[in-house]
Amino acid sequence: MSKIPPRDGYGKALLKLAETNDKFIVLDGDVAMSTRTCWIRDKYPEKFVDIGISEQDMVGTAAGLALSGMVPFATTYCVFLAGRAWDQIRTAVAYGDANVKLAGAHAGINVGPDGASHQSMEDAALMRVLPNMTVIAPCDAVETEKAILAVADHNGPAFVRFGREAMEVITDEDTPFEIGKARLVRDGEDVAIFANGPMVYEAIKAADELAKEGISALVADVHTIKPLDEEFIIAAAKKTGAVVTAEDHQKIGALGGAVCECLSENCPTPVTRVGMPDTFGESGKMEELMAKYGLDCPAIVKAAKRSISMKK
Amino acid sequence: MNKEALHEMCKTIREDILTMTHEAGSGHPGGSLSAVEIMTALYFTDIFRCDPKNPSWPERDRFILSKGHAAPVLYSVLCRKGFFGEEHLKTLRKLGSILQGHPHRQSTPGLDASSGSLGQGLSIANGMAMGYKKMGIDGRIYCLIGDGELQEGQIWEAAMTAAQQKLDNVCAIVDNNHVQLDGMTEDICNMEPVAGKWREFNWHVICVNGNSLEEMYSAYKEAMATKGRPTVIVAETTKGKGVSFMENQSSWHGLAPNDEQYKEAMTEVEAE
Repeated sequence: MSKIPPRDGYGKALLKLAETNDKFIVLDGDVAMSTRTCWIRDKYPEKFVDIGISEQDMVGTAAGLALSGMVPFATTYCVFLAGRAWDQIRTAVAYGDANVKLAGAHAGINVGPDGASHQSMEDAALMRVLPNMTVIAPCDAVETEKAILAVADHNGPAFVRFGREAMEVITDEDTPFEIGKARLVRDGEDVAIFANGPMVYEAIKAADELAKEGISALVADVHTIKPLDEEFIIAAAKKTGAVVTAEDHQKIGALGGAVCECLSENCPTPVTRVGMPDTFGESGKMEELMAKYGLDCPAIVKAAKRSISMKK
Repeated sequence: MNKEALHEMCKTIREDILTMTHEAGSGHPGGSLSAVEIMTALYFTDIFRCDPKNPSWPERDRFILSKGHAAPVLYSVLCRKGFFGEEHLKTLRKLGSILQGHPHRQSTPGLDASSGSLGQGLSIANGMAMGYKKMGIDGRIYCLIGDGELQEGQIWEAAMTAAQQKLDNVCAIVDNNHVQLDGMTEDICNMEPVAGKWREFNWHVICVNGNSLEEMYSAYKEAMATKGRPTVIVAETTKGKGVSFMENQSSWHGLAPNDEQYKEAMTEVEAE
């Protein structure tokens, strides 16, 4: 299995859009090398604007571009995009229903050595509470590329979060991707694992581990956190009677929160959330941090057993 | 519109502002009244290109009310311009109204952006201006900012962007009425010299009496003729202009007139 940084998927999608969408434009906040918007800058300079280190202004500018008829991709590190510019995203983008695409690079714990200030573990929760907003966390570089192409065609505000480090590529060109539709990775009977981002790979490994112990786990890539594919979630919960959510994000407010809200209102089912346990991270290697904070395969295996033990 | 008709329009808009806020029982008359000439010289002359019959005409000029609390002055202007009927004015701030307390783009015909959280309008204006340049549209983008609003850092981020990108299709107007909600701007966070700040940020700066229709009109013309950089009109105004007991009073920033005050204010505006 090859490893590719999800941000490369972003850069590749932008190069495709430059060829196919004449209203397309990319903004960056002085991190073009890191986010891969430098690929657009170098090949299509007329489709790129570096706004400088001013995320709030970048998001407002993107709103204006969208209202003038363009399709802007506002790009910077996830933590600064969703955090620092939240009010601009709320008022100018979401409330104004401006067709802005927000590309959150360096999502999750994988920026490791940079430390907690740069580890974006809250962004999906911040975006999910906003009316009109679509929120997507693709599982690998290939799915990131597809998600970016999909939001370009989607009319309305959208936020896509993707990681920095090279990660296993677990989908290919033919793997289907549709905004708002969860993707069944593996069917199972005893427990349903809903994951997104890099945790989809961890969930697949966990399902293998569980199979060794005779536990049959359903694994789904719930890349779209909003709008949540409620029909799929409810059906899988009914079928298995035990649920785990897994995400490279705080346990609070994003996929885990969304699934709990959906199930408690429609089909109460034991749920165990795997995610950052309401704490800030620290400097370290990606794998070390994933193990320390329970963002990996062993944590999912444990969570699956817990949910199964709670079945009525 | 001739001089006399423009003067009459200013009176009508002032009356609308008073009637709307009185009827709503809340709202922001002070900063609406200060901007009446700024708005009239823009919308009721040959400066601003729009089509009330086709509000979403893609090549129109655009106006962004960054100081969103002054919504009453903009709503009155849009109404008198013909974007919607007079019957809507008295629905301001009421349930189901097309006139929200602060501008909501999708609710009101003729509105170009949502605002209400201060400091954001100039960035939006820049984005529209960039988009127009990219698409080869020669429309112009106007953005009205309060002087208290200049305390928001994002304004200065946007000021740098507009200069860097040479957005000569952007015209910002600072309603320099020297009063904010908690008191005099110079006592809270002094922004003077306002003109000097914009000059240092590489903008073309025009200083005028913002309560003079003639001076505002000439300033808009000068802005249109300025190429290679954005223009800001620093409009010296009086907060609450036209109603003596509201003038220069921070207490009238966000307070609606009661029945008695309304009567008195209307009489004064009419007699002007």
